[in-house]
Amino acid sequence: MSNMNLYSRGDKLFVIVNMVLIAIFMLSTLYPFIYIASLSLSTGFEARAGNVVLTPVGFTLEAYKQVLSEPQFWTSYKNTFIYTIFGTLMSLAFIIPGAYALSRPQLYGRRFWNLTVAFTMWFNAGLIPFFLNMRDLGLLDSYFGIIIGFAVNGFNIILLRNFFEAIPQSFEEAARMDGANEFQVLWKVYMPLSKPAIATVALFCIVSRWNGFFWAMVLLQDEDKIPLQVYLRHVIVELSDDEEFANSLLTSAYSFETVSAAIIVCSIIPILLIYPFLQKYFSKGILLGGVKE
Amino acid sequence: MTAGTSKLISRQKPTRLARITQHLKREWQLYLMLLPTVIWLLVFLYKPMYGLQIAFKDYSVFRGVAGSPWIGFEHFHILFENDQFLRALKNTVIMSAYGLLFGFPIPILLALMFNEVLNQFFKKTAQTIVYLPHFISSVIIAGIVITSFSPSAGIVNTILGWFGVDSIYFLTKPEWFRPIFIGTGIWQEAGFQSIVYLAAIAGVSPTLYESAVVDGANRWQMMWKITIPSIMTTIIIMLIIRIGNILEISFEMIILLYQPATYETADVVNTFIYRQGLQGGQYDFAAAAGLFNAVVAFILVMTANTISKRYSRTSLW
Repeated sequence: MSNMNLYSRGDKLFVIVNMVLIAIFMLSTLYPFIYIASLSLSTGFEARAGNVVLTPVGFTLEAYKQVLSEPQFWTSYKNTFIYTIFGTLMSLAFIIPGAYALSRPQLYGRRFWNLTVAFTMWFNAGLIPFFLNMRDLGLLDSYFGIIIGFAVNGFNIILLRNFFEAIPQSFEEAARMDGANEFQVLWKVYMPLSKPAIATVALFCIVSRWNGFFWAMVLLQDEDKIPLQVYLRHVIVELSDDEEFANSLLTSAYSFETVSAAIIVCSIIPILLIYPFLQKYFSKGILLGGVKE
Repeated sequence: MTAGTSKLISRQKPTRLARITQHLKREWQLYLMLLPTVIWLLVFLYKPMYGLQIAFKDYSVFRGVAGSPWIGFEHFHILFENDQFLRALKNTVIMSAYGLLFGFPIPILLALMFNEVLNQFFKKTAQTIVYLPHFISSVIIAGIVITSFSPSAGIVNTILGWFGVDSIYFLTKPEWFRPIFIGTGIWQEAGFQSIVYLAAIAGVSPTLYESAVVDGANRWQMMWKITIPSIMTTIIIMLIIRIGNILEISFEMIILLYQPATYETADVVNTFIYRQGLQGGQYDFAAAAGLFNAVVAFILVMTANTISKRYSRTSLW
């Protein structure tokens, strides 16, 4: 629609009202982040008194000093990196070959295998049987349990399979002539052609790993193994009810509120750093993932 | 079976077997590629489905899934007389319905609004910002909510204070839980959900707009007469899918935000299962609640899929 040049006066008003409404929506999306960032940079006294509205009041980095001097913060940060990196690599190791095999027309029982994958998207056994299964497999309280237990996801397989299926067979003919086997065709022909789709799947994995908290909370008891999100929950959600603790933390320099805000800022930063990539690939990804049968 | 047919079968068997062997000899690599995924699905998703049988058993940790004695539908009888479960079921449906009522139109409006923006820089910036909350974890969002609504220092009470309203401890008030939860969900997801509609709008033929301009239509008229009718199929499909997913509520967020004081309005089926099973150790009873939830959800989703497929012949998800 951008190629139109003729506007009536009514159109101009329409465009302006529209921009104002979008601006309002934009600002209400941004405001909570600005508020938290300002809170984290304010003094505990001002934060407690409710004087922080838009910008930091009595600028101080004391809350960040508190957060960064806590060993458990670093332990859980490190753990999140471990779960995110190895979890994503593990997922790709399963998903790429699996999706490729499912995309091949000569695969025997292809409909059945596809249904086996798709069914897990519509029906799952639920929290309790999944938990008991992890326990029976001896995967409680283990790095490996978290990494392997969430490696495969039906949606990601189908997304990649759809992408592989859309690649014309003619691309692989030259490789086939040279006597390439399936692994070589996947590696040399399909993977280079599917970089955007693989990047999308990898980013889906990274975000869900980085943000995942529920199963980590349920499956991990050992504080040395918990990821950042579980630590965050412990500090922000559980301790927020504890008035006595909040008061004990209150000094003129920092308070429970400013420390919470500082932890929130520290854990958002990595997501913001990869956000340009996320935005580029995610919107394509969700549209690619349509289940075709 | 006559001698003739059995002879025929026995003669067919080796050829079929030979065909499969030959196929495997040629294509074994494909099956090797598929194998890890299939094993993973069996071990981590299908085996728990087998474990669902504890919903009909008096499960004991020592006897295991297979060894525990069957008790039929007893857990289900208790479940449907359990006030907490019925309350959770009611809350799930109510919260999903409110979420749908308030949350469904907003992404459509946003997409229509984005489409009317001519300044590409403004459009890109706005999209970048409104998509962002989707990528933030529920723990952080909950942390932002808890901090903002805190009775002592939260911004919401600060603003209310300007108008002389006494400080309210929102997260302990049952009547405030649903608005806060649903509002948070809209704040987090509305922007990102608009992508689907933007894609649908991008698919509308430009010639329609061109001929409308020739006919002297203004932008408002074009939006109502061209854009909205063109994306109606997408809107209806999304609506059907959302209704099909009515039992799927983001219980992670609820676990983070609710507390005993707000269970009355906040407790949903999955949080009930979490408390009874994972925190309380009543695995069999909680599994029964989970099975009920999963079966109803499956029926709803499949029905929604079938309807939307019939409607569009290409289901989106």
